[in-house]
Amino acid sequence: MTASRLATGGRIDRSKPLSVTFDGRPIDAFAGDTLASALLANDEMLVGRSFKYHRPRGVLSAGVEEPNALVHLRTGGRHEPNARATMVEAFDGLVANAQNAWPSVGLDVRAANQLLAPFIGAGFYYKTFIGPFRGTRFWMFCERFIRRAAGMGSPGTLEDPDRYETVNLFCDVLVVGGGPAGLSAALAAGRAGAEVVLVEQDAQLGGALLSAPVGGASDAWLASVRSELAACPNVRLMTRATVFGAYDHDAYGVVERVWDHVAVAPDGQPRQRFAVLRAKRAVLATGAIERPLVFGANDRPGIMLAGAVRSYLNRFAVLPGRRVVVATNNDGVYATARDLAAAGADVTLVDARPAIPVALTSQARTAGVDLRPGCAVLSAKGRGRVSGAVLAPISKDGRATASGETVACDLIAVSGGWSPTLHLWSQRQQKPVFDAEKACFVPTGDAVPTMICAGDARAAGGLAASIADGFAAGEKAAAASGATKSPGRAPKAPEALPGDDWTRAIAPLWLVTKADGTPAAKAFVDLQNDVTTADIDLAHREGYRAVEHLKRYTTTGMATDQGKLSNVNALARMAELRDAPISDVGTTTFRPPYTPIAVGALAGPETGRHFRATRLTTIHAWHRAHGAIMTEAGAWLRPWYYQEADEDVRAAYIREAAHVRRHVGIVDVSTLGKIAVQGPDAAEFLNRIYVNGWKTLPVGRLRYGVMLREDGFVFDDGATARLGEHDYFMSTTTANAAPVLAFAERLLQTAWTDLEVHVTSVTDQWAAIAVAGPKARDLLTDVVGDADFSRAALPNNHFTHGQIDGVAVRVHRMSYSGELAYEIYVPALFGPAVWEALVAAGDPFGLKPYGTEAMGALRVEKGHVAGPELDGRTTLKDLGLEGFASTKKPFVGSVLRNRPVLTDADRPTLVGLEIEGEVGALPGSLLFAADGPTEGHGEGWVSSTTYSPALGKNIAMALLKNGPCRIGETVRVIDFVGDRTLRATVVSHHFFDAEGVRQNA
Amino acid sequence: MLRIPCPVCGLRDETEFSYGGDASVRRPPMEESDPRAWMDYVFYRDNPRGAHLEYWHHVLGCRQWLVVERDTVSHAISDCRLAREVSR
Repeated sequence: MTASRLATGGRIDRSKPLSVTFDGRPIDAFAGDTLASALLANDEMLVGRSFKYHRPRGVLSAGVEEPNALVHLRTGGRHEPNARATMVEAFDGLVANAQNAWPSVGLDVRAANQLLAPFIGAGFYYKTFIGPFRGTRFWMFCERFIRRAAGMGSPGTLEDPDRYETVNLFCDVLVVGGGPAGLSAALAAGRAGAEVVLVEQDAQLGGALLSAPVGGASDAWLASVRSELAACPNVRLMTRATVFGAYDHDAYGVVERVWDHVAVAPDGQPRQRFAVLRAKRAVLATGAIERPLVFGANDRPGIMLAGAVRSYLNRFAVLPGRRVVVATNNDGVYATARDLAAAGADVTLVDARPAIPVALTSQARTAGVDLRPGCAVLSAKGRGRVSGAVLAPISKDGRATASGETVACDLIAVSGGWSPTLHLWSQRQQKPVFDAEKACFVPTGDAVPTMICAGDARAAGGLAASIADGFAAGEKAAAASGATKSPGRAPKAPEALPGDDWTRAIAPLWLVTKADGTPAAKAFVDLQNDVTTADIDLAHREGYRAVEHLKRYTTTGMATDQGKLSNVNALARMAELRDAPISDVGTTTFRPPYTPIAVGALAGPETGRHFRATRLTTIHAWHRAHGAIMTEAGAWLRPWYYQEADEDVRAAYIREAAHVRRHVGIVDVSTLGKIAVQGPDAAEFLNRIYVNGWKTLPVGRLRYGVMLREDGFVFDDGATARLGEHDYFMSTTTANAAPVLAFAERLLQTAWTDLEVHVTSVTDQWAAIAVAGPKARDLLTDVVGDADFSRAALPNNHFTHGQIDGVAVRVHRMSYSGELAYEIYVPALFGPAVWEALVAAGDPFGLKPYGTEAMGALRVEKGHVAGPELDGRTTLKDLGLEGFASTKKPFVGSVLRNRPVLTDADRPTLVGLEIEGEVGALPGSLLFAADGPTEGHGEGWVSSTTYSPALGKNIAMALLKNGPCRIGETVRVIDFVGDRTLRATVVSHHFFDAEGVRQNA
Repeated sequence: MLRIPCPVCGLRDETEFSYGGDASVRRPPMEESDPRAWMDYVFYRDNPRGAHLEYWHHVLGCRQWLVVERDTVSHAISDCRLAREVSR
């Protein structure tokens, strides 16, 4: 045993032991642990296999940047891949398993991939399958194996049983990060009177202070600031929450992991909550992420970031190793070395810098640390875990100047400096600048003045500097957001020990090599994507020298890393190869999310039937109670057919359609779009928007109209009734109700502001019921009082008023089915009563309800166009509607519809098809001449199909090149999806009662 | 996410609006018969870097068409007025 739990100390609760398993083995854990700290306490150093080479990997970090310790979490529907063990709070019943390894992490057969390393270097997937293996078949064969071997965890396949919520938040000042700078910023802004939201991803506030020894001066500072903030009514503290994205106009994406730290959320509680937060100002106190050092075999389990080692030691009371090599190029690790020695570890500290201040050296030596200035780790020894380190004196550029000395060790703590966490700042298209003195990218400029970086996020310096910087940023942000009170003075910073400022005298060290400039073994710059220095070198040799190209060719910094660990080391290597300063190489763009976000949290409750609203007509309940099988029409649910006995849809619609032609049927058409067009210029408006004329329509009449888009294609059709002098009632197709209204509003508000017209959607205000069939007149005469339905009194395209069961109704005489038909309009809530009155009176006339499928069959028999024909690619002429276009007035689209491409005689034009044989055609089938070649897209396509009960055959509407000239010709109808060829005769699309005798009866 | 200062409803999220394209184009008068004028209105657009006048329709609000001046680089919105008042 080398890693172990200390007997005392830490910020864990030893009185609350937890039951946790990893790969089926029980792991001792306490409340306050993370999965990573519990694994280390149980000496589980090997927790994963790497992405490409399946090399053994252990815990590297103690935070969101973790590239290696990615595990499968939980089971069943709650299964979660790629969970970072460092961010998973231990809870009772936690089940974790290694991923990307088979049969186990200890013995992973795919480690053989390492033997293939020469062939799977940078960009291998761009190169390997070019040349002799032209084409995609070989790639598709290989892809299966490559995908299985590479990649990370496997996703769950069961439905997620948990609840997720979505909320909207607003504040004056958003503070991102609950470390010393963030807490100070929140304090200043809170005291100034601003509405503050502080978001911290950890379960605890404190940031880096939580990694300091328990009971120190910083604990007292933290306790006092925390209690003052908690007492501020205008400060909201959100822990276990991540600001994952910064968006335009100061909107931020936040995910709060409300109940992720327990096995199952309490009943009715959300597991996670997604918030869109709008802030007037933001203080980004997001800290900095420590950089690994790049040397031979720097990926072995047991190599950890120095700050993480200190965190495990002081926060979780875990000593990750007994014999420790600490390697650095900056002051920041001295506290780690000191704390390790105090905990009883043998510590060797190699500092790449030849000259180190006395304050640091004397303190280290007093603690018993073996200090070696001017040295570095050349390579790590050991396979499944670190067993030693080769130490060597190095030159300023990182080359060994003498042969190395192997030191036995079980832990290497590394620090190559720190990278400010600039992700949110950078997501707003701001480019950070490389500060050579501090060896990191820093935020400069104020392209987005509403964001202020503070503390380590702008490399402010040590603890006292961060506190002062955060407080000043909070004060500034609060004042800018309109707060007026003075925040007073910043809380006095706790006394700092030597070495708390990593920005002081850092000596860049990007790569440690042998004397010849090559690493002693594979040296990784990106541990998550298995990118080595050799891959960077290869990309450079092959010409991928721009930073964005380098990223894509090598995959450095992709996936969840987003440059957290790998970015600067890779850029530094590229800069060296290009012989340019890092500032010239630049950095890649950081993209949201900052850390992975569950899709469930973004979806919130809007899943399944809550994905969008379902619209029901007021008569819906009757339909369901009378056997209707429903179908979706946009957001609406409509009766598809009314099932009798065990008939299927085909049998039902044929029965229903035949019944309408013989007796009388009733159908709910409430979903039709309805728009009230009102005002003195209403007729002029209709005259402009429809292709036909409206100036002569008298009150009491209605008229079918067609409208075009501005570009000359057909937009929509429907009937409009003139209810009064200045009052028209327009109907649109169900699908185009909203677009037609928006288009009308656009024209009236942007172009035709001289017209005095108002358009209002009244779709929801009116229920509409169509009654169709030879006995429709008899039925209405019987049911409707105060109205004359005789042919002379109410011819086609007229309407009248009446009463059904005491309810005032308006009855339009118009036909979609081709039968004698009426549409009854009634205020929506009276819809069910009027429907039921009609049904009750309908028995003697043989009244039966019919659904959309039968309605479709009837309109295809008549050759009426609908959605499949009004598909945005058809003109009036294509659809045989040219006769409606007025030649006496301009209308929307009247000029552009005459463009040559839209008047080409060859265009596919509407025809009817009579299909040979017993099987109908499928919409979307392509048309080919009877004997020609079967090539290209054919000469047209099938738009609508049905079996026609009236004709006793399968028919279809289709668009066919030169269609009307080809009546009588035989064509082939090919369904390439189902691989079926039918033959059909081209006929007029007015299949049934072309003269309209029945509807004018 | 853009936040648009609707003159009727106040500062509202982009999700309540639908985009209506370039607001600097003028619809030709109804009697215009030159196809080129209509082609210009329907199809041809500049793609400026910087200030851009554009239509937004407050579909889930007051249903007014708005003329918004937005910087295409920074997305900063410098002006927002009712279209019916702009076109007068």
